[in-house]
Amino acid sequence: MNFSEVFKLSSLLCKFSPDGRYLASCVQYRLIVRDVNNLQILQLYTCLDQIQYIEWSSDSLFILCAMYKRGIVQVWSLEQPDWHCKIDEGSAGLVASCWSPDGRHILNTTEFYLRITVWSLCTKSVSYIKYPKACQHGIAFTKDGRYMALAERRDCKDFISLFVCSDWQLLRHFDTETQDLSGIEWAPNGCVLAVWDTCLEYKILLYSLDGRLLSTYSAYEWSLGIKSVAWSPSSQFLAIGSYDEKVRILNHVTWKKITEFEHPATIANPKIIVYKEMEKSPRVETESLAFPPARAQASALFSTQSKYDISQVPVSLQYIKPVADRANPRIGIGMLAFSPDNCFLATKNDNIPNAIWIWDVQKLKLFVVLEQLYAVQLFQWDPRQPRLAICTGNSKVYLWSPAGCVSVQVPMEGDFQVLSLCWHSSGDSMALLTKDNFCMCYLEREEVK
Amino acid sequence: MGDWKTITVPALSSASKIPYQNTSEKKMSPSSLNMQQVLRSPLPLSKSMHSFFSAFCTEENVEQSISYLNRELTTLGFPSLYSECKDKELNVVSVLNCMNELLVLQRKNLRAQEEVEIQHLKLGSDMDHLQNCYAKVKEQLETSRREIVGLQERDRQQQCKNRNLHQLLKNEKDEVQKLQNIIASRATQYNHDMKRKEREYNKLKERLHQLVMNKKDKKIAMDVLNYVGRVDGKRGAWRTGKTEARNEEEMYKVLLGGYEQRQKQLLVENAELKKVLQQMKKEMISLLPPQKQKPKERAEDGIGPVLSDMEEDAVELNKENMWELSCETVREQLTNSIRKQWRMLKNHVEKLDNQVSRAHSGALNGSDVISREDHELETEKLELEIQQCKEMIKTQQQLLQQLMSPCDDDTSMLLQDCYLLEERERLQEEWKLFREQKKNFERERRSFTEAAIRLGLERKAFEEDRGAWLKQQFLSMTSDHKNSEHVKSQSAYSGSSDPDNQLMNFRSRQKKPHCLPSVPPSEELCQTIQHIPHNSNLSVVLNKTTEDSKPKQWKGLNKAETE
Repeated sequence: MNFSEVFKLSSLLCKFSPDGRYLASCVQYRLIVRDVNNLQILQLYTCLDQIQYIEWSSDSLFILCAMYKRGIVQVWSLEQPDWHCKIDEGSAGLVASCWSPDGRHILNTTEFYLRITVWSLCTKSVSYIKYPKACQHGIAFTKDGRYMALAERRDCKDFISLFVCSDWQLLRHFDTETQDLSGIEWAPNGCVLAVWDTCLEYKILLYSLDGRLLSTYSAYEWSLGIKSVAWSPSSQFLAIGSYDEKVRILNHVTWKKITEFEHPATIANPKIIVYKEMEKSPRVETESLAFPPARAQASALFSTQSKYDISQVPVSLQYIKPVADRANPRIGIGMLAFSPDNCFLATKNDNIPNAIWIWDVQKLKLFVVLEQLYAVQLFQWDPRQPRLAICTGNSKVYLWSPAGCVSVQVPMEGDFQVLSLCWHSSGDSMALLTKDNFCMCYLEREEVK
Repeated sequence: MGDWKTITVPALSSASKIPYQNTSEKKMSPSSLNMQQVLRSPLPLSKSMHSFFSAFCTEENVEQSISYLNRELTTLGFPSLYSECKDKELNVVSVLNCMNELLVLQRKNLRAQEEVEIQHLKLGSDMDHLQNCYAKVKEQLETSRREIVGLQERDRQQQCKNRNLHQLLKNEKDEVQKLQNIIASRATQYNHDMKRKEREYNKLKERLHQLVMNKKDKKIAMDVLNYVGRVDGKRGAWRTGKTEARNEEEMYKVLLGGYEQRQKQLLVENAELKKVLQQMKKEMISLLPPQKQKPKERAEDGIGPVLSDMEEDAVELNKENMWELSCETVREQLTNSIRKQWRMLKNHVEKLDNQVSRAHSGALNGSDVISREDHELETEKLELEIQQCKEMIKTQQQLLQQLMSPCDDDTSMLLQDCYLLEERERLQEEWKLFREQKKNFERERRSFTEAAIRLGLERKAFEEDRGAWLKQQFLSMTSDHKNSEHVKSQSAYSGSSDPDNQLMNFRSRQKKPHCLPSVPPSEELCQTIQHIPHNSNLSVVLNKTTEDSKPKQWKGLNKAETE
């Protein structure tokens, strides 16, 4: 594993281009585009205000930079650095901004979710979509980029509008039987749309592409419901994580639950491997210490090494019961992700924030539990193979694959608290992001023994 | 018998036949008083009896006592003591009879008394026993009563508890129900409130929207340097009905594609499952013994001829790749046939189990059941055979391996070395010889070449010499003085010896041929020069004739030749 040097970053805005050749990062109001292999600065753009959001277009030719405070979106071109484009929403304000799948339209969500403005970079046309739903995942594009599903709310009822992305024609418009729609997501095959309700009610609805309701699923009533949803890459399974610390898997043939995954605090099954991160303080050889101590040595002295040990079953994990009278409690399954080859499902139970549970999808059983020393911030699967990268807010990055797991210390001077990471599309490298910096980590082909 | 004590002795002797009632206390005779006294006294009874006997009747009151006795006896029903004809005359016979009667009566009474006493004793003991039993039973009753009271008390307490628990449960259920109702009502309230707030919010949004739109804010604009081309390079198209229809079509195509794919997968799965079922069915059929009860079973099935028809159809369908069809009847037929086979297999297995259990118990039934010992013997034999076969196979494998891959086995290599060692050594020796011969040949070749070179040189020299000699001869023939110097100058090249000597030597040597070819002496000198033999004579000549320019070589050659 090789680590690059540290570069400045702000707001954790660091993204790889879809074709994998460039890396865009933000420092305050500047956008820096680097080459992925040698991290040389290729382009440097200056925006009008502090950038809050960046996104690459699908063909990797343009980058949009959104500044919500000023209500401005600036678009930069990689081919022609002189080209500029500024979209000003003015008094309408800006809350969110994203590209359309063809890379030529920008969808801006104005303040108060008043409307969504579709700006075209090709023509002079502007379209408005009224009454969008004020929720986090209100817009969903199919994987092939042909259709867009938009959640709307009119007269205290939820609706879904399906648009054809090529000409923005409204294909279907139907209402959903939800109380307060909280999210929508397309299946990877683009034929089924999952719509789920607010956390006050456990209900998930499945609609076909032409707007017919295929099925409804509700596991229980009254208690807090769905927290996270994930489709498997083959569209065969739909994993629903809920506040009752369970993940339920629905199958695509009957849309009925085929199994439930529980996340208890004690693991007793001897067939499950439990990796526990243990600290091991480095041995200090007093003879070789120089005075004054070299910087590298000093940081090495203070940074603790860690390694994974296999714990003997039964294992009891650290369970946290949060205060019950607050809204959005930190309980339940907060993170769900399928591996790209559809073999594993990684979940995190917010009641046990230090552990990651990896389930074998073929056998529908728990496979591995990783117990970290600190709370897991983020985990992400390698886009090509079943390899999971985890960061827990300390200066280490953890990798798991079916062959084993490894804990790698990021060899940087001073504090390097990894808060987030993102994989390169080839799976050969990843970017580790901290609050103020980022670095690239290059993985060798035969990594993680 | 208290009469003895209360015997009434008539105080008045006159009224003799008046029956008196036994008012014993009034009419106590003095003798009875005496008797009582006698009885109370501590004197032994026998003596008292005598005195008692004499106390009743003395000589003075004989008549009185007789009349008293008579009265008593008549009242008791005995005949009178007096005779009938005369009064106051004792009828001895009747007296004796009365006495006898009295004795008999006395004996009877005694016996009765004894019996009564025995019975009395018995009754007394029975009474004691019963009293004991009664006491015990009473105790038991007491204790059981106490127990009952205790149990009742406990039962009561438990009932109380039960009731309390029921009450609690009911309370809890009520509370749950209440809470649920509360939640439901709160939910409706909340929804209602939410809707109200949302409507208000929508109104605000509308208002805001109007404001925003009305202002026609110049600021809301896009400022772009130049418009970018579309991804696919084409120009944008107008949105018409045709495009709408096309979009719909596209959407349906996508959906249908997804469905078709899924259907394909399901078909494949179905086909595989059907194949597996077919295989299972065949294997089950093969497992079962040949069916003798087929017609019976058909009748039992009840479907009878229909089933047979269906089976025939199925057989036909089988031949036509039935598993590719997916209609209802085919599926049902397959599952039914598998169930039937499974049932038959189960029955068969159960039968076998029964047979085995029966064989265990020792009873041998019919020819189907093989006796256990025979079975065991057979299995042993078979196992032995298997073992032998395995060993044979192992040995054969080993041999094969040895044959196929000799280099793998060290011992085989050694063996081969043993076998080939001799050959190898022989070969080596031959090689040595060969090499030696090669060397020799090389040497000889070299020597030949050298000799050829030398020969050439020698020939040249010889020619020169010859020429010179001839010249000399010729000249000497004509004039000796003129050519002598010339010849000497020429022969200086060839060494110290004069041509005469040379030629003479040559000739002399020529006359001693070691390996000279048979050259007729008649040939001329030129011929002899041409056929100069390669021998040591020549080398001597060469040594003398040619310059000693390569001594080493010659030495080597000499050496080689001498070897």
